Amino acid sequence: MSDTRPKPDAVLAQLRADEAHPARGRLKIFLGMCAGVGKTYAMLEAGRVRGIESVDVIVGIAETHGRIETEQLLLGHELLPGKTIAYQGITLHEFDIDACLKRRPQLVIVDELAHTNAPGSRHDRRWQDVQELLNAGISVYTAMNIQHVESLNDIVAQITGVVVRETVPDSFVETADEIELVDLNPEELLKRLSDGKIYLPEQAQLATQKFFRTGNLAALRELALRYVAERVDRQVQQYRHDRAIGRTWPVSERLLVCVSASPQSARLVRATRRLATRLGAEWLAIHIDTPRDGGLPPRDRDRLNRILRLAEQLGAQTRTISATNVTEELVAFARLNNVSKIVVGKSAEPRWKRWWKGSLIDELAAKSGEIDLYVISGEGGQVEAVAAETSKLDGLWRDFLRAALVVALTTALCWPVRRHFAESNMAMVYLGGVVLVALRGKRAAAIFASFLSVAAFDFFLVPPYLTFAVSDTEYVVTFAIMLLVALLISNLTVRVRLQAEAARRRESRTSALYELTGQLADAGDIESLVTAAVRSSQQAFQGTTQILLNNATGQLSPAPGQSSHSMAERDSAVAQWVFQNREKAGAGTNTLPAAGALYLPLEASQRVVGVFAIAPAERARLDDPDERHLLDTFVRQIALAIERVQLVDEASRARLTVETERLRNALLSSVSHDFRTPLATMLGAAGSLLDPAGPTDATVRQELLQAIYTETERLDRLIRNLLDMTRLESGAVQLRREWHPLEEIIGAALHRTSQQIGDRPVAISLPSDLLLVPIDGSLIEQVLINLLENAAKYTPPMTPIDVRAFRENQEVVVEIADRGPGLPDDQVRRVFEKFHRVSNSDGGVGLGLAICEAIVNAHGGRIWAENRPGGGAVFRFTIPMIGEPPTVTPELA
Amino acid sequence: MADPEVTILCIEDEVQIRRFLRASLATQGYRLIEAATGRQGIAEAAARTPDIIILDLGLPDVDGLDITQELRALTRRPIIVLSARGQERDKVDALDAGADDYLTKPFSVAELLARIRVALRHADRSLAGAESESITIGELTIDHARHRVTVGDSEIRLTPTEFKLLFELARHAGRVLTPQHLLREVWGPAYLDRSHYLRIYMARIRGKIEKDPARPRYLLTEPGVGYRLADT
Repeated sequence: MSDTRPKPDAVLAQLRADEAHPARGRLKIFLGMCAGVGKTYAMLEAGRVRGIESVDVIVGIAETHGRIETEQLLLGHELLPGKTIAYQGITLHEFDIDACLKRRPQLVIVDELAHTNAPGSRHDRRWQDVQELLNAGISVYTAMNIQHVESLNDIVAQITGVVVRETVPDSFVETADEIELVDLNPEELLKRLSDGKIYLPEQAQLATQKFFRTGNLAALRELALRYVAERVDRQVQQYRHDRAIGRTWPVSERLLVCVSASPQSARLVRATRRLATRLGAEWLAIHIDTPRDGGLPPRDRDRLNRILRLAEQLGAQTRTISATNVTEELVAFARLNNVSKIVVGKSAEPRWKRWWKGSLIDELAAKSGEIDLYVISGEGGQVEAVAAETSKLDGLWRDFLRAALVVALTTALCWPVRRHFAESNMAMVYLGGVVLVALRGKRAAAIFASFLSVAAFDFFLVPPYLTFAVSDTEYVVTFAIMLLVALLISNLTVRVRLQAEAARRRESRTSALYELTGQLADAGDIESLVTAAVRSSQQAFQGTTQILLNNATGQLSPAPGQSSHSMAERDSAVAQWVFQNREKAGAGTNTLPAAGALYLPLEASQRVVGVFAIAPAERARLDDPDERHLLDTFVRQIALAIERVQLVDEASRARLTVETERLRNALLSSVSHDFRTPLATMLGAAGSLLDPAGPTDATVRQELLQAIYTETERLDRLIRNLLDMTRLESGAVQLRREWHPLEEIIGAALHRTSQQIGDRPVAISLPSDLLLVPIDGSLIEQVLINLLENAAKYTPPMTPIDVRAFRENQEVVVEIADRGPGLPDDQVRRVFEKFHRVSNSDGGVGLGLAICEAIVNAHGGRIWAENRPGGGAVFRFTIPMIGEPPTVTPELA
Repeated sequence: MADPEVTILCIEDEVQIRRFLRASLATQGYRLIEAATGRQGIAEAAARTPDIIILDLGLPDVDGLDITQELRALTRRPIIVLSARGQERDKVDALDAGADDYLTKPFSVAELLARIRVALRHADRSLAGAESESITIGELTIDHARHRVTVGDSEIRLTPTEFKLLFELARHAGRVLTPQHLLREVWGPAYLDRSHYLRIYMARIRGKIEKDPARPRYLLTEPGVGYRLADT
């Protein structure tokens, strides 16, 4: 398949990258082969030219090393005052990133990209400062030497014999928009050196003199030229790729490098990186954890973590998986991830061992099939490896001792019965002992126990006793088989045990994650979600965690349900930084490593919702890639869950807004219609009464006055309902629950509505004993008044109204029934809606029943309407009987 | 027609309400003094000694409760307060602070005149100093001296507390009495927070004197404010 079109994923990634940094600053690197080629000068000169083009340029920090020309050039620039940091009695002059962010120039010149910042600075390294400036939209001119490029680091060391500690990750160098090679002929450079134009620190004089040799310089120059040329080549390819022209782009390659805790793995990683860059391929670094005695010693584990981190910095994805069969797992992983080339190191093990165990490389070559295999030589680091071995031996002695003890006990057990038991049975007992040792101890101890068992068996239990001599040569076969079986059993037992342990570790990680996702799914609101997330992550990582959320004002604050005291003042600044820069910082990272905890951005699908802080009880846990991956997964899950809840909240708020809007419209239309109608009548009637030429007939005048009076009452009712509804909805009404005799409330309501009820007979049916209900008297009276008014309004005169109340379980049911026309079927539920009216001509505003519903709901009851068998409507509501009704002390009659 | 000598002080900031009161009260033969602010009202009450005061609780310059207390300190004449609906708390406070009765806006002229008449009658009676020994409302007769209550021809047996409660209401027949007032007068200050006593006793008395306790003829409830014994 030829790759002529840009892949959709790549296009999408490009778009996302553009979105994430809408206005990233431009980075230009001035690259030199070594010190003294004039990078700083070239950079300042370029800056000066930009200044003339009226770009706002300042110098963040520049090392002139006392060179006159450079210093003169510096004079023309605005200099950012640096930061002085006192460290162990020395005053260090550092670049002040905060001042620069505050000053916000268009372009800033920052020298010495590979520089290591003084302890206590925000970032460990200056390139990280530059990265932050770029993210803030400030363009940067900076300078570095070729030996500071991470992936070329060991090549430079090979050429010059000088190991450079300060390096810049390739992934960062590659983000440069432009790299300018500052080139100088080696002879010219050496002449400048002899003229004393190149600053050399006293202590480095000797080493540097070895460094500045024509051969070295030529090699470094070639390296620098090649690096820039390769980059140009890649840019051309990228250009062609972007525009989908040409067919030169190969099917994309994927490299996989297999690393171990061995020191040579770092070289392996760098070599793979170079290979990947040349091939334009993605690459992965994998470590396969074989179940081995008690896991890696701490020192090896540290080194392995460093190697994996190096790979990450160089742009690789890293994985750690555990398996018993390295080759099979490696090939399976490679196939799963579409890897086209596997890179492994040459084994440093002695020849005989390889012959015995079979070499990994041979096995891989046999199994890898169509995947290419690259074998890269590994040297050095042996001293460190030996040192690591010694720490392993400590625990081993104890295991050996235990093995000896087990064999001794077995012998003691068999000794008294040696004459009665067959030798083969006693051999079985020894095998049991070996299994016991293998179950607890290291493999070597189990092997030791196997040999010791055979020896003890021969010496003590095989006649003639107490000598290694045997009566029958057949015993030699017995011993050989016994030894073989013991070795096999011990080996298998150890292996099974280690597999079980590995499985347990994996299992505990899986179950932690499973528990987290389960709890996150259960949580319905932010508070319970955060509580669940904090609890799960504290359990999984054994430390204190905290979640900070972005609040409405864009500030980070502890999530609800969390205390804020655990966060130091200094650390809250770290959290803020993490939030703004969307990158992790704090303990265990290169950014602000002095912080008390590790801070990770809670990045969800659309935004950063907050910051996750964790301070594990053991710092070392943060260095373990497995733990880090697990932590990343945790944080990602938590972020997504928080985002989900936030989105649900937002959606319901939006729905509420729509609902409020609908009600407001209904209210406006109701107000404009229902208020204007009575007002129009009143205005008209009063107008004609006031008109001197108006009606003079007493009956007509009386009718007009009556109209005014009726309409006024109607308006009063409208306003009353509206106000009641508003008060109820705004929460201004507080329920004053007291024990009222229901009879009294019904009586009051009937009294108030006696005019509307008129001649309609009202039948009241109440329990014979006094029914006390816990209610707000005036509010329930209002419910009854509204229901009675409704009954009166919709029924013809003389039709009966029934009022009934009774106790049912823990509730009191009140019903008001009429014999009117009843409710249309589709209205039975809708009558309680606000501004809903059964017909348009009833003169109400459609609030009466909505008010009833609001009041009854506030009491914890229900209200509903039904059609009555035999005609008419019935309205029922319930009041829960909360608590015990009060009693009075009886008095003597 | 009312006694032409009766002077009513009306403290109300709304011009339209004053105008309507003036028109309705003048036709009934009352003499009206108007005050648009609380301060002015207090000055008029001190200077003109009105027979009855109508006070709006929602005056812009002074708090309704404060002015009720000030007026009560100044005169023993009846005070009828006017207030909007939904402010039951204010009414109860004003009644407890010494107001004699209340009216909810909007109200009709008939209602106002009825309240004025009740208030004046009580004021006259208490001025005369002689409490009548027997009170008759409709068929209900309460004889204080003999501790006897009858409805029509039948005698009603009440416990001493029930009688005390009914008599307290009868003494102020036509006027609304707050729970605080009744609890204090009947049970004593220690019972002020036991309003359920009042409700339960009310229900018991109704059960004894009313034909239909759910549609009382005599013992009327004003939810949120208090109780009133009908005066006719």
